[in-house]
Amino acid sequence: MATPLLPPDESKLLERLRQGEDGAFEELVRTHGGRMLSVAKRMLRNEDDAADAVQDAFLSAFRAIDRFEGGSRLGTWLHRIVVNAALMKLRTRRRKPEEPLDDLLPKFLDDGHLERPAQAWRKPADEALASEETRKLVLDRIAELPETYRTILLLRDVEDLDTEGTAKALEISTGAVKTRLHRARLALRELLDPYFRAEEV
Amino acid sequence: MSPEMDLTCKEFVDFLMAYLDAELPEAQRSTFEGHMVDCPPCKVYLDTYRETVELGRGVCARDDDPLPEDVPDVLVAAILAARKG
Repeated sequence: MATPLLPPDESKLLERLRQGEDGAFEELVRTHGGRMLSVAKRMLRNEDDAADAVQDAFLSAFRAIDRFEGGSRLGTWLHRIVVNAALMKLRTRRRKPEEPLDDLLPKFLDDGHLERPAQAWRKPADEALASEETRKLVLDRIAELPETYRTILLLRDVEDLDTEGTAKALEISTGAVKTRLHRARLALRELLDPYFRAEEV
Repeated sequence: MSPEMDLTCKEFVDFLMAYLDAELPEAQRSTFEGHMVDCPPCKVYLDTYRETVELGRGVCARDDDPLPEDVPDVLVAAILAARKG
């Protein structure tokens, strides 16, 4: 079956996958597995669970390969599948009581002013992100968010799902996605603030 | 928020995301922007909120990232074996 929207190398790989060629499956896993493993680790924060999610994702993908219509790149398709596999894993984990987010949110005085007025950050984000150390720092702060909020922030801001897709994946309303995402971002801003505030002179 | 009323900083923070997503009706939008002019720390707050979102977006290895992490061989083998069932 021709899939004219895919680049030629992916089209060829897809053809080989559909013919059940062993080498093609290995190529798919080696090409995309690393990125998928990073996604699963970010979401699950546990190496074994992440490896399981990637395995689940590939097995789903192998089963669905005949139905893949080539409307997106293989990598994009596999990204969605591993996000869903990781969500399934999160869902089946024993639910720990959720830590409240309130302690991480900005504090306001009775008159509605911020308790601590915001201060500019030293470096624009795009500049800061050039450093591996900063990327790790940000990921570690995201990991400190309570799970509900961490998951929403990862799906929307890091993995780039849209509001609808996130709502569907988590089986909550789009309104709930927006409210929680906003609260998650406020909390993350508070967590990052001490690291990024301009030096006090 | 009603357009004729001033915003508190708390309300400003509550409406930040809606503002950035262009989801505020025109009247509320100008109230929001008015607060930003009157209250420089809230403008700074908005900037750092935006930076926060950008930092989150930037931590993920993108498609053009030349070096994603390698899949461990043992995982590759497990996946290929599971396929054969």
